[in-house]
Amino acid sequence: MTGIAAAVEIRGVTKTFGTHRVLDAVDLTVCPGHVTVLIGPSGAGKSTLLRTVNHLEKPDAGYVRVNGELIGVRQHGDRLRELSERAILQQRAEIGFVFQSFNLFPHLTVLDNVAAAPVATGRATKTQAREQALHLLSRVGLADKAGAYPRRLSGGQQQRVAIARALALRPGVILFDEPTSALDPELVGEVLAVMKDLAGTGTTLIVVTHEIGFAREAADTVAFMDEGRIVEQGPPAEVLERPQHARTQEFLSKVL
Amino acid sequence: MSSTDALPLDPPLAAPPLPDLGAQRVLPLRHPGRWIATAVVVVLAAQFLHGLATNPFYQWDRFGYWFARPVILRGLWVTLEVTALSAVLGLLAGVVLAMARLSRNPVLRTVSWLYIWVFRSVPLIVVLLILFNFSALYKTLSLGVPFGPSLFRFDENKLATELVVATVGLSLNEAAYAAEVVRGGILSVDDGQRAAAAALGLPRWYQFRRIVFPQALRAIVPAYVNQLIGLIKGTSLVFYVSLLDLFGQVQTMGSTYPGDIVPLLLVATVWYVILTSVVSAAQHLIERRLAGAVRA
Repeated sequence: MTGIAAAVEIRGVTKTFGTHRVLDAVDLTVCPGHVTVLIGPSGAGKSTLLRTVNHLEKPDAGYVRVNGELIGVRQHGDRLRELSERAILQQRAEIGFVFQSFNLFPHLTVLDNVAAAPVATGRATKTQAREQALHLLSRVGLADKAGAYPRRLSGGQQQRVAIARALALRPGVILFDEPTSALDPELVGEVLAVMKDLAGTGTTLIVVTHEIGFAREAADTVAFMDEGRIVEQGPPAEVLERPQHARTQEFLSKVL
Repeated sequence: MSSTDALPLDPPLAAPPLPDLGAQRVLPLRHPGRWIATAVVVVLAAQFLHGLATNPFYQWDRFGYWFARPVILRGLWVTLEVTALSAVLGLLAGVVLAMARLSRNPVLRTVSWLYIWVFRSVPLIVVLLILFNFSALYKTLSLGVPFGPSLFRFDENKLATELVVATVGLSLNEAAYAAEVVRGGILSVDDGQRAAAAALGLPRWYQFRRIVFPQALRAIVPAYVNQLIGLIKGTSLVFYVSLLDLFGQVQTMGSTYPGDIVPLLLVATVWYVILTSVVSAAQHLIERRLAGAVRA
Protein backbone atom coordinates (compact mmCIF):
# COMPACT_ATOMS: atom_id res chain seq x y z
CA MET A 1 0.00 0.00 0.00
CA THR A 2 1.19 3.45 -0.84
CA GLY A 3 1.25 6.18 1.76
CA ILE A 4 -1.19 8.48 -0.06
CA ALA A 5 -4.78 7.23 -0.01
CA ALA A 6 -6.08 6.89 -3.54
CA ALA A 7 -9.48 8.33 -4.46
CA VAL A 8 -10.05 5.41 -6.79
CA GLU A 9 -8.04 2.22 -6.76
CA ILE A 10 -8.67 -0.42 -9.41
CA ARG A 11 -6.86 -3.73 -8.92
CA GLY A 12 -6.87 -6.73 -11.22
CA VAL A 13 -10.32 -5.96 -12.59
CA THR A 14 -11.32 -8.57 -15.14
CA LYS A 15 -14.58 -8.82 -17.05
CA THR A 16 -15.67 -11.29 -19.68
CA PHE A 17 -18.73 -11.04 -21.95
CA GLY A 18 -19.28 -14.54 -23.31
CA THR A 19 -15.84 -15.55 -24.52
CA HIS A 20 -14.65 -12.00 -25.05
CA ARG A 21 -12.35 -10.68 -22.33
CA VAL A 22 -13.31 -7.00 -22.18
CA LEU A 23 -11.13 -6.15 -19.20
CA ASP A 24 -7.96 -8.06 -18.54
CA ALA A 25 -6.62 -7.58 -14.99
CA VAL A 26 -6.71 -3.79 -15.13
CA ASP A 27 -4.87 -1.76 -12.49
CA LEU A 28 -5.34 1.97 -12.13
CA THR A 29 -4.83 4.42 -9.29
CA VAL A 30 -6.44 7.86 -9.26
CA CYS A 31 -5.23 10.44 -6.76
CA PRO A 32 -7.77 12.65 -4.96
CA GLY A 33 -8.61 15.79 -6.91
CA HIS A 34 -6.94 14.51 -10.06
CA VAL A 35 -8.46 14.32 -13.50
CA THR A 36 -7.80 11.03 -15.27
CA VAL A 37 -8.70 10.73 -18.93
CA LEU A 38 -9.13 7.29 -20.52
CA ILE A 39 -8.52 7.22 -24.24
CA GLY A 40 -8.33 4.40 -26.74
CA PRO A 41 -10.09 2.80 -29.70
CA SER A 42 -13.72 1.70 -29.41
CA GLY A 43 -14.02 -1.75 -27.90
CA ALA A 44 -10.92 -1.22 -25.79
CA GLY A 45 -12.96 -1.55 -22.58
CA LYS A 46 -12.89 2.10 -21.46
CA SER A 47 -16.62 2.39 -20.77
CA THR A 48 -16.79 -1.03 -19.15
CA LEU A 49 -13.90 -0.12 -16.85
CA LEU A 50 -15.65 3.13 -15.92
CA ARG A 51 -18.87 1.24 -15.16
CA THR A 52 -17.06 -1.13 -12.81
CA VAL A 53 -16.08 1.88 -10.67
CA ASN A 54 -19.69 2.44 -9.55
CA HIS A 55 -20.56 -1.25 -9.99
CA LEU A 56 -22.98 -0.73 -12.88
CA GLU A 57 -20.80 -3.52 -14.25
CA LYS A 58 -19.76 -6.35 -11.90
CA PRO A 59 -16.14 -7.38 -12.29
CA ASP A 60 -15.62 -11.14 -12.56
CA ALA A 61 -12.41 -10.78 -10.60
CA GLY A 62 -10.45 -7.98 -8.99
CA TYR A 63 -11.82 -5.08 -7.01
CA VAL A 64 -12.42 -1.35 -6.98
CA ARG A 65 -11.98 0.90 -3.96
CA VAL A 66 -13.34 4.42 -3.80
CA ASN A 67 -11.92 6.50 -0.98
CA GLY A 68 -10.70 3.30 0.60
CA GLU A 69 -14.09 1.55 0.53
CA LEU A 70 -14.57 -1.61 -1.52
CA ILE A 71 -17.32 -1.11 -4.10
CA GLY A 72 -20.05 -3.70 -4.57
CA VAL A 73 -18.26 -6.29 -2.45
CA ARG A 74 -16.96 -6.82 1.07
CA GLN A 75 -14.04 -8.77 2.34
CA HIS A 76 -14.97 -12.14 3.76
CA GLY A 77 -11.84 -13.87 5.03
CA ASP A 78 -9.59 -13.96 2.01
CA ARG A 79 -12.48 -13.81 -0.46
CA LEU A 80 -14.71 -11.02 -1.79
CA ARG A 81 -18.45 -11.31 -1.39
CA GLU A 82 -21.19 -9.42 -3.24
CA LEU A 83 -23.01 -6.74 -1.29
CA SER A 84 -26.78 -6.45 -1.16
CA GLU A 85 -28.38 -4.24 -3.80
CA ARG A 86 -29.40 -1.74 -1.12
CA ALA A 87 -25.80 -1.39 0.05
CA ILE A 88 -24.54 -0.99 -3.52
CA LEU A 89 -27.14 1.71 -4.19
CA GLN A 90 -25.93 3.57 -1.12
CA GLN A 91 -22.36 3.39 -2.37
CA ARG A 92 -23.37 4.62 -5.82
CA ALA A 93 -24.85 7.78 -4.36
CA GLU A 94 -21.26 8.78 -3.45
CA ILE A 95 -20.09 8.39 -7.04
CA GLY A 96 -21.43 10.62 -9.78
CA PHE A 97 -21.95 9.21 -13.26
CA VAL A 98 -22.58 11.14 -16.47
CA PHE A 99 -23.79 9.13 -19.47
CA GLN A 100 -23.07 9.56 -23.15
CA SER A 101 -26.81 9.75 -23.87
CA PHE A 102 -27.57 12.04 -20.87
CA ASN A 103 -30.44 9.78 -19.66
CA LEU A 104 -32.35 12.62 -18.06
CA PHE A 105 -35.76 11.58 -16.76
CA PRO A 106 -38.09 12.85 -19.51
CA HIS A 107 -41.21 13.00 -17.33
CA LEU A 108 -39.59 15.27 -14.73
CA THR A 109 -38.72 18.94 -15.07
CA VAL A 110 -35.09 19.97 -15.17
CA LEU A 111 -35.34 21.07 -11.53
CA ASP A 112 -36.87 17.75 -10.44
CA ASN A 113 -34.24 15.81 -12.37
CA VAL A 114 -31.59 17.49 -10.24
CA ALA A 115 -33.54 17.54 -6.96
CA ALA A 116 -34.93 13.97 -7.05
CA ALA A 117 -31.94 11.93 -5.88
CA PRO A 118 -31.03 13.91 -2.72
CA VAL A 119 -34.64 13.62 -1.55
CA ALA A 120 -35.08 9.95 -2.54
CA THR A 121 -31.87 8.94 -0.78
CA GLY A 122 -32.82 10.89 2.34
CA ARG A 123 -29.97 13.41 2.13
CA ALA A 124 -32.10 16.53 1.94
CA THR A 125 -35.61 17.79 2.43
CA LYS A 126 -37.56 18.75 -0.65
CA THR A 127 -36.98 22.46 -0.02
CA GLN A 128 -33.25 22.04 0.55
CA ALA A 129 -32.91 19.87 -2.54
CA ARG A 130 -34.74 22.38 -4.73
CA GLU A 131 -32.66 25.26 -3.44
CA GLN A 132 -29.48 23.31 -4.07
CA ALA A 133 -30.71 22.23 -7.49
CA LEU A 134 -31.30 25.86 -8.51
CA HIS A 135 -27.81 26.72 -7.33
CA LEU A 136 -26.29 23.84 -9.33
CA LEU A 137 -28.31 24.78 -12.41
CA SER A 138 -27.00 28.32 -12.26
CA ARG A 139 -23.51 26.89 -11.90
CA VAL A 140 -23.93 25.07 -15.24
CA GLY A 141 -25.61 28.17 -16.70
CA LEU A 142 -29.16 26.81 -16.88
CA ALA A 143 -31.04 28.40 -13.99
CA ASP A 144 -33.60 29.79 -16.44
CA LYS A 145 -34.46 26.27 -17.65
CA ALA A 146 -35.45 24.93 -14.22
CA GLY A 147 -39.12 24.54 -15.12
CA ALA A 148 -38.58 23.09 -18.59
CA TYR A 149 -38.80 19.43 -19.57
CA PRO A 150 -35.57 17.87 -20.88
CA ARG A 151 -36.87 17.36 -24.41
CA ARG A 152 -37.06 21.14 -24.84
CA LEU A 153 -33.32 21.45 -24.27
CA SER A 154 -30.45 21.09 -26.71
CA GLY A 155 -28.09 18.14 -26.27
CA GLY A 156 -25.46 20.34 -24.68
CA GLN A 157 -27.97 21.77 -22.23
CA GLN A 158 -29.26 18.29 -21.38
CA GLN A 159 -25.75 17.10 -20.65
CA ARG A 160 -25.14 20.11 -18.40
CA VAL A 161 -28.33 19.26 -16.51
CA ALA A 162 -27.08 15.67 -16.23
CA ILE A 163 -23.84 16.99 -14.70
CA ALA A 164 -25.83 19.11 -12.23
CA ARG A 165 -27.88 16.02 -11.39
CA ALA A 166 -24.70 14.05 -10.65
CA LEU A 167 -23.36 16.91 -8.54
CA ALA A 168 -26.53 17.08 -6.45
CA LEU A 169 -25.39 14.11 -4.35
CA ARG A 170 -22.06 15.90 -3.65
CA PRO A 171 -20.00 12.96 -4.87
CA GLY A 172 -16.27 12.82 -4.22
CA VAL A 173 -15.71 11.14 -7.57
CA ILE A 174 -17.48 11.79 -10.86
CA LEU A 175 -17.29 9.43 -13.81
CA PHE A 176 -17.91 10.69 -17.36
CA ASP A 177 -18.70 8.14 -20.06
CA GLU A 178 -18.04 9.86 -23.41
CA PRO A 179 -20.04 12.89 -22.30
CA THR A 180 -19.69 14.78 -25.59
CA SER A 181 -19.93 11.92 -28.10
CA ALA A 182 -23.68 12.33 -28.67
CA LEU A 183 -23.46 16.10 -29.16
CA ASP A 184 -23.43 18.27 -32.26
CA PRO A 185 -19.89 19.65 -32.70
CA GLU A 186 -20.86 23.23 -31.81
CA LEU A 187 -22.31 22.06 -28.45
CA VAL A 188 -19.25 20.13 -27.28
CA GLY A 189 -17.50 23.23 -25.98
CA GLU A 190 -20.16 24.22 -23.43
CA VAL A 191 -20.05 20.76 -21.80
CA LEU A 192 -16.26 20.62 -21.75
CA ALA A 193 -16.23 24.11 -20.18
CA VAL A 194 -18.39 22.85 -17.29
CA MET A 195 -16.11 19.84 -16.88
CA LYS A 196 -12.98 21.99 -16.83
CA ASP A 197 -14.66 24.15 -14.25
CA LEU A 198 -15.26 21.04 -12.14
CA ALA A 199 -11.68 19.89 -12.59
CA GLY A 200 -10.59 23.16 -11.03
CA THR A 201 -12.64 22.59 -7.86
CA GLY A 202 -10.72 19.56 -6.63
CA THR A 203 -13.32 16.93 -7.50
CA THR A 204 -11.83 13.65 -8.67
CA LEU A 205 -12.84 13.00 -12.26
CA ILE A 206 -12.43 9.96 -14.48
CA VAL A 207 -13.33 10.81 -18.06
CA VAL A 208 -13.70 8.48 -21.02
CA THR A 209 -13.50 10.70 -24.08
CA HIS A 210 -12.28 11.12 -27.61
CA GLU A 211 -11.63 14.83 -27.00
CA ILE A 212 -7.83 14.78 -27.02
CA GLY A 213 -7.84 18.56 -26.59
CA PHE A 214 -9.68 18.21 -23.28
CA ALA A 215 -7.18 15.55 -22.17
CA ARG A 216 -4.27 17.84 -23.01
CA GLU A 217 -5.71 20.86 -21.18
CA ALA A 218 -7.47 19.37 -18.18
CA ALA A 219 -6.01 15.93 -17.43
CA ASP A 220 -3.48 15.17 -14.73
CA THR A 221 -3.14 11.64 -16.07
CA VAL A 222 -3.94 10.18 -19.47
CA ALA A 223 -4.34 6.41 -19.69
CA PHE A 224 -4.40 4.71 -23.06
CA MET A 225 -6.44 1.48 -23.20
CA ASP A 226 -6.38 -1.22 -25.84
CA GLU A 227 -7.88 -4.71 -25.83
CA GLY A 228 -8.89 -4.61 -22.20
CA ARG A 229 -5.60 -3.37 -20.80
CA ILE A 230 -4.08 -0.06 -19.88
CA VAL A 231 -1.18 0.03 -22.29
CA GLU A 232 0.38 3.29 -21.22
CA GLN A 233 -0.32 6.05 -18.74
CA GLY A 234 1.24 9.27 -17.54
CA PRO A 235 0.92 13.05 -17.72
CA PRO A 236 -0.67 14.26 -20.97
CA ALA A 237 2.56 15.88 -22.08
CA GLU A 238 4.21 12.46 -22.08
CA VAL A 239 1.46 10.13 -23.28
CA LEU A 240 0.07 12.47 -25.92
CA GLU A 241 3.31 14.05 -27.15
CA ARG A 242 5.86 11.26 -26.68
CA PRO A 243 3.93 7.98 -26.59
CA GLN A 244 6.22 5.02 -25.87
CA HIS A 245 3.99 2.18 -26.99
CA ALA A 246 3.44 1.38 -30.66
CA ARG A 247 -0.37 1.04 -30.21
CA THR A 248 -0.57 4.45 -28.57
CA GLN A 249 1.46 6.03 -31.35
CA GLU A 250 -0.75 4.43 -33.97
CA PHE A 251 -3.97 5.53 -32.23
CA LEU A 252 -2.80 9.10 -31.70
CA SER A 253 -1.59 9.43 -35.27
CA LYS A 254 -5.17 8.65 -36.37
CA VAL A 255 -7.07 10.93 -34.00
CA LEU A 256 -4.76 13.95 -33.87
CA MET B 1 -30.75 8.28 -79.48
CA SER B 2 -29.55 6.92 -82.79
CA SER B 3 -32.81 7.80 -84.55
CA THR B 4 -32.66 11.43 -83.43
CA ASP B 5 -29.06 11.61 -84.47
CA ALA B 6 -30.15 10.77 -87.99
CA LEU B 7 -32.62 13.63 -88.09
CA PRO B 8 -31.38 17.00 -89.25
CA LEU B 9 -30.86 19.20 -86.24
CA ASP B 10 -33.28 22.07 -85.84
CA PRO B 11 -31.62 25.41 -85.52
CA PRO B 12 -31.96 26.57 -81.91
CA LEU B 13 -35.20 28.51 -81.56
CA ALA B 14 -35.59 31.53 -79.39
CA ALA B 15 -37.66 30.42 -76.37
CA PRO B 16 -41.11 32.01 -76.30
CA PRO B 17 -41.33 34.60 -73.54
CA LEU B 18 -42.47 32.95 -70.26
CA PRO B 19 -44.76 34.59 -67.72
CA ASP B 20 -43.10 35.33 -64.42
CA LEU B 21 -43.44 31.78 -62.97
CA GLY B 22 -41.55 32.62 -59.81
CA ALA B 23 -44.42 34.79 -58.58
CA GLN B 24 -47.18 32.20 -59.15
CA ARG B 25 -48.66 29.82 -56.59
CA VAL B 26 -48.46 26.18 -57.63
CA LEU B 27 -51.91 24.78 -58.53
CA PRO B 28 -52.71 21.72 -56.40
CA LEU B 29 -53.21 18.35 -58.11
CA ARG B 30 -56.90 17.55 -58.61
CA HIS B 31 -58.35 14.33 -57.16
CA PRO B 32 -61.52 13.47 -59.11
CA GLY B 33 -61.43 9.91 -57.68
CA ARG B 34 -61.95 11.29 -54.18
CA TRP B 35 -65.10 13.07 -55.22
CA ILE B 36 -66.51 9.93 -56.84
CA ALA B 37 -65.67 7.82 -53.77
CA THR B 38 -67.27 10.44 -51.51
CA ALA B 39 -70.46 10.45 -53.57
CA VAL B 40 -70.68 6.64 -53.45
CA VAL B 41 -70.13 6.52 -49.70
CA VAL B 42 -72.65 9.29 -49.04
CA VAL B 43 -75.34 7.54 -51.09
CA LEU B 44 -74.72 4.20 -49.35
CA ALA B 45 -74.70 5.81 -45.89
CA ALA B 46 -77.92 7.69 -46.62
CA GLN B 47 -79.55 4.48 -47.82
CA PHE B 48 -78.46 2.65 -44.66
CA LEU B 49 -79.68 5.43 -42.34
CA HIS B 50 -82.95 5.67 -44.19
CA GLY B 51 -83.47 1.92 -43.80
CA LEU B 52 -82.53 2.11 -40.13
CA ALA B 53 -85.10 4.84 -39.55
CA THR B 54 -87.97 3.54 -41.69
CA ASN B 55 -87.67 -0.27 -41.56
CA PRO B 56 -90.41 -1.45 -39.14
CA PHE B 57 -88.18 -4.45 -38.28
CA TYR B 58 -86.22 -2.24 -35.83
CA GLN B 59 -89.35 -1.11 -33.90
CA TRP B 60 -87.87 2.18 -32.72
CA ASP B 61 -90.90 2.89 -30.57
CA ARG B 62 -90.17 -0.29 -28.57
CA PHE B 63 -86.50 0.71 -28.44
CA GLY B 64 -87.58 3.98 -26.86
CA TYR B 65 -89.79 2.09 -24.43
CA TRP B 66 -86.99 -0.24 -23.24
CA PHE B 67 -83.97 2.06 -23.43
CA ALA B 68 -84.14 3.51 -19.90
CA ARG B 69 -86.46 0.95 -18.23
CA PRO B 70 -85.39 0.30 -14.61
CA VAL B 71 -84.80 -3.37 -15.41
CA ILE B 72 -82.31 -2.41 -18.16
CA LEU B 73 -80.65 0.21 -15.94
CA ARG B 74 -80.26 -2.42 -13.19
CA GLY B 75 -78.48 -4.62 -15.71
CA LEU B 76 -76.35 -1.69 -16.84
CA TRP B 77 -75.37 -1.04 -13.23
CA VAL B 78 -74.29 -4.68 -12.79
CA THR B 79 -72.23 -4.44 -16.00
CA LEU B 80 -70.56 -1.27 -14.74
CA GLU B 81 -69.89 -2.78 -11.35
CA VAL B 82 -68.40 -6.00 -12.68
CA THR B 83 -66.32 -4.10 -15.24
CA ALA B 84 -64.98 -1.58 -12.76
CA LEU B 85 -64.12 -4.17 -10.11
CA SER B 86 -62.42 -6.56 -12.53
CA ALA B 87 -60.61 -3.73 -14.31
CA VAL B 88 -59.08 -2.50 -11.04
CA LEU B 89 -58.41 -5.91 -9.48
CA GLY B 90 -57.16 -7.29 -12.79
CA LEU B 91 -54.77 -4.38 -13.27
CA LEU B 92 -53.41 -4.61 -9.72
CA ALA B 93 -52.87 -8.36 -10.08
CA GLY B 94 -51.43 -7.73 -13.55
CA VAL B 95 -48.84 -5.29 -12.18
CA VAL B 96 -47.81 -7.84 -9.54
CA LEU B 97 -47.61 -10.61 -12.17
CA ALA B 98 -45.60 -8.40 -14.52
CA MET B 99 -43.13 -7.53 -11.76
CA ALA B 100 -42.83 -11.23 -10.89
CA ARG B 101 -42.28 -12.07 -14.54
CA LEU B 102 -39.50 -9.47 -14.77
CA SER B 103 -37.93 -10.30 -11.41
CA ARG B 104 -34.56 -11.96 -10.99
CA ASN B 105 -36.14 -14.73 -8.94
CA PRO B 106 -36.61 -17.78 -11.22
CA VAL B 107 -39.43 -19.21 -9.06
CA LEU B 108 -41.48 -16.01 -9.31
CA ARG B 109 -40.74 -15.78 -13.02
CA THR B 110 -41.93 -19.33 -13.65
CA VAL B 111 -45.08 -19.06 -11.53
CA SER B 112 -46.05 -15.83 -13.25
CA TRP B 113 -45.37 -17.32 -16.67
CA LEU B 114 -47.48 -20.37 -15.84
CA TYR B 115 -50.37 -18.23 -14.61
CA ILE B 116 -50.36 -16.10 -17.75
CA TRP B 117 -50.06 -19.17 -19.94
CA VAL B 118 -53.04 -20.93 -18.28
CA PHE B 119 -55.40 -17.98 -18.14
CA ARG B 120 -54.68 -16.85 -21.67
CA SER B 121 -55.28 -20.40 -22.89
CA VAL B 122 -58.57 -21.16 -21.13
CA PRO B 123 -61.68 -19.45 -22.56
CA LEU B 124 -63.25 -16.97 -20.18
CA ILE B 125 -66.59 -18.75 -20.27
CA VAL B 126 -64.90 -21.96 -19.06
CA VAL B 127 -63.21 -20.10 -16.20
CA LEU B 128 -66.55 -18.57 -15.21
CA LEU B 129 -68.43 -21.86 -15.32
CA ILE B 130 -65.76 -23.70 -13.33
CA LEU B 131 -65.84 -20.97 -10.66
CA PHE B 132 -69.63 -20.99 -10.67
CA ASN B 133 -69.84 -24.72 -10.06
CA PHE B 134 -66.98 -24.49 -7.61
CA SER B 135 -68.86 -21.86 -5.60
CA ALA B 136 -72.02 -23.95 -5.66
CA LEU B 137 -70.04 -26.76 -4.05
CA TYR B 138 -68.17 -24.60 -1.54
CA LYS B 139 -70.53 -21.85 -0.39
CA THR B 140 -68.39 -20.96 2.60
CA LEU B 141 -65.29 -20.45 0.48
CA SER B 142 -66.92 -17.81 -1.68
CA LEU B 143 -67.99 -15.94 1.44
CA GLY B 144 -64.38 -15.94 2.54
CA VAL B 145 -63.24 -13.89 -0.46
CA PRO B 146 -61.72 -10.74 1.05
CA PHE B 147 -63.67 -8.18 -0.94
CA GLY B 148 -66.97 -10.05 -0.42
CA PRO B 149 -68.60 -7.93 2.28
CA SER B 150 -68.48 -4.68 0.30
CA LEU B 151 -70.51 -6.34 -2.44
CA PHE B 152 -73.62 -6.97 -0.32
CA ARG B 153 -75.30 -4.03 -1.90
CA PHE B 154 -78.17 -6.21 -3.06
CA ASP B 155 -80.81 -7.73 -0.88
CA GLU B 156 -80.35 -11.26 -2.13
CA ASN B 157 -77.19 -12.87 -0.87
CA LYS B 158 -77.38 -15.10 -3.88
CA LEU B 159 -76.82 -12.24 -6.29
CA ALA B 160 -73.81 -11.09 -4.30
CA THR B 161 -72.31 -14.54 -4.59
CA GLU B 162 -72.76 -14.52 -8.33
CA LEU B 163 -71.29 -11.06 -8.50
CA VAL B 164 -68.27 -12.42 -6.62
CA VAL B 165 -67.94 -15.36 -9.00
CA ALA B 166 -68.23 -13.09 -12.03
CA THR B 167 -65.78 -10.54 -10.65
CA VAL B 168 -63.25 -13.18 -9.61
CA GLY B 169 -63.47 -14.95 -12.97
CA LEU B 170 -63.10 -11.78 -15.00
CA SER B 171 -60.30 -10.49 -12.75
CA LEU B 172 -58.33 -13.73 -13.04
CA ASN B 173 -58.65 -13.56 -16.81
CA GLU B 174 -57.97 -9.82 -16.96
CA ALA B 175 -54.87 -10.16 -14.77
CA ALA B 176 -53.18 -12.46 -17.30
CA TYR B 177 -53.66 -9.98 -20.15
CA ALA B 178 -52.93 -6.93 -18.00
CA ALA B 179 -49.67 -8.59 -16.91
CA GLU B 180 -48.50 -8.79 -20.51
CA VAL B 181 -49.57 -5.21 -21.20
CA VAL B 182 -47.72 -3.94 -18.12
CA ARG B 183 -44.66 -6.05 -18.87
CA GLY B 184 -44.53 -4.70 -22.41
CA GLY B 185 -44.84 -1.16 -21.07
CA ILE B 186 -42.03 -1.65 -18.57
CA LEU B 187 -39.77 -3.18 -21.22
CA SER B 188 -40.47 -0.24 -23.52
CA VAL B 189 -38.69 2.12 -21.11
CA ASP B 190 -35.17 2.87 -22.28
CA ASP B 191 -32.44 0.94 -20.44
CA GLY B 192 -30.58 4.20 -19.96
CA GLN B 193 -33.33 5.32 -17.57
CA ARG B 194 -32.73 2.34 -15.29
CA ALA B 195 -28.98 2.82 -15.55
CA ALA B 196 -29.33 6.50 -14.61
CA ALA B 197 -31.61 5.68 -11.68
CA ALA B 198 -29.21 2.97 -10.50
CA ALA B 199 -26.19 5.25 -10.90
CA LEU B 200 -27.86 7.88 -8.72
CA GLY B 201 -28.35 5.23 -6.04
CA LEU B 202 -32.12 5.71 -6.02
CA PRO B 203 -33.78 3.07 -3.84
CA ARG B 204 -35.18 0.15 -5.84
CA TRP B 205 -38.85 0.84 -5.14
CA TYR B 206 -38.38 4.52 -5.95
CA GLN B 207 -36.74 3.59 -9.25
CA PHE B 208 -39.81 1.57 -10.21
CA ARG B 209 -42.48 3.87 -8.85
CA ARG B 210 -41.10 7.27 -9.86
CA ILE B 211 -38.83 6.62 -12.83
CA VAL B 212 -39.76 3.46 -14.72
CA PHE B 213 -43.52 3.10 -14.15
CA PRO B 214 -44.58 6.65 -15.11
CA GLN B 215 -42.73 6.25 -18.39
CA ALA B 216 -44.13 2.76 -18.92
CA LEU B 217 -47.65 4.19 -18.54
CA ARG B 218 -47.38 5.87 -21.92
CA ALA B 219 -47.24 2.44 -23.53
CA ILE B 220 -49.56 0.78 -21.01
CA VAL B 221 -52.56 3.13 -21.22
CA PRO B 222 -53.54 2.64 -24.89
CA ALA B 223 -52.99 -1.13 -24.71
CA TYR B 224 -54.85 -1.46 -21.42
CA VAL B 225 -57.82 0.61 -22.62
CA ASN B 226 -58.04 -1.71 -25.59
CA GLN B 227 -58.11 -4.58 -23.10
CA LEU B 228 -60.72 -2.73 -21.02
CA ILE B 229 -63.05 -2.37 -23.99
CA GLY B 230 -62.75 -6.12 -24.52
CA LEU B 231 -63.58 -6.54 -20.83
CA ILE B 232 -66.74 -4.38 -21.03
CA LYS B 233 -68.05 -6.59 -23.79
CA GLY B 234 -66.67 -9.73 -22.11
CA THR B 235 -68.88 -9.04 -19.09
CA SER B 236 -71.84 -10.16 -21.22
CA LEU B 237 -70.62 -13.72 -20.50
CA VAL B 238 -71.55 -13.39 -16.82
CA PHE B 239 -75.12 -14.08 -17.92
CA TYR B 240 -74.04 -17.73 -18.04
CA VAL B 241 -73.27 -17.71 -14.30
CA SER B 242 -76.79 -16.36 -13.61
CA LEU B 243 -75.74 -12.77 -13.13
CA LEU B 244 -78.17 -10.41 -14.81
CA ASP B 245 -75.98 -7.77 -16.36
CA LEU B 246 -77.07 -5.55 -19.27
CA PHE B 247 -76.96 -8.43 -21.73
CA GLY B 248 -78.56 -10.78 -19.18
CA GLN B 249 -81.53 -8.48 -18.65
CA VAL B 250 -81.93 -8.02 -22.40
CA GLN B 251 -81.93 -11.82 -22.86
CA THR B 252 -84.41 -12.32 -20.02
CA MET B 253 -86.76 -9.63 -21.26
CA GLY B 254 -86.35 -10.98 -24.78
CA SER B 255 -87.60 -14.42 -23.76
CA THR B 256 -90.51 -12.84 -21.87
CA TYR B 257 -91.41 -10.52 -24.77
CA PRO B 258 -90.20 -12.41 -27.86
CA GLY B 259 -91.62 -9.74 -30.17
CA ASP B 260 -89.24 -7.16 -28.69
CA ILE B 261 -85.98 -9.08 -29.11
CA VAL B 262 -84.64 -6.83 -31.90
CA PRO B 263 -85.27 -3.51 -30.14
CA LEU B 264 -83.89 -5.04 -26.94
CA LEU B 265 -80.67 -6.08 -28.68
CA LEU B 266 -80.44 -2.55 -30.09
CA VAL B 267 -80.83 -1.17 -26.56
CA ALA B 268 -77.87 -3.33 -25.46
CA THR B 269 -75.88 -2.28 -28.54
CA VAL B 270 -76.39 1.42 -27.90
CA TRP B 271 -75.48 1.12 -24.21
CA TYR B 272 -72.30 -0.84 -25.02
CA VAL B 273 -71.37 1.79 -27.61
CA ILE B 274 -71.91 4.52 -25.03
CA LEU B 275 -69.75 2.70 -22.44
CA THR B 276 -66.87 2.07 -24.82
CA SER B 277 -67.07 5.65 -26.11
CA VAL B 278 -66.76 7.02 -22.59
CA VAL B 279 -63.72 4.80 -22.02
CA SER B 280 -62.16 5.88 -25.32
CA ALA B 281 -62.71 9.53 -24.42
CA ALA B 282 -61.06 8.95 -21.05
CA GLN B 283 -58.13 7.29 -22.83
CA HIS B 284 -57.75 10.32 -25.06
CA LEU B 285 -57.63 12.65 -22.05
CA ILE B 286 -55.16 10.49 -20.11
CA GLU B 287 -52.88 10.11 -23.12
CA ARG B 288 -52.88 13.86 -23.65
CA ARG B 289 -51.87 14.43 -20.04
CA LEU B 290 -49.10 11.81 -20.18
CA ALA B 291 -47.78 13.16 -23.47
CA GLY B 292 -48.06 16.73 -22.19
CA ALA B 293 -45.64 16.03 -19.37
CA VAL B 294 -42.99 14.92 -21.80
CA ARG B 295 -43.54 17.31 -24.69
CA ALA B 296 -44.66 20.46 -22.89
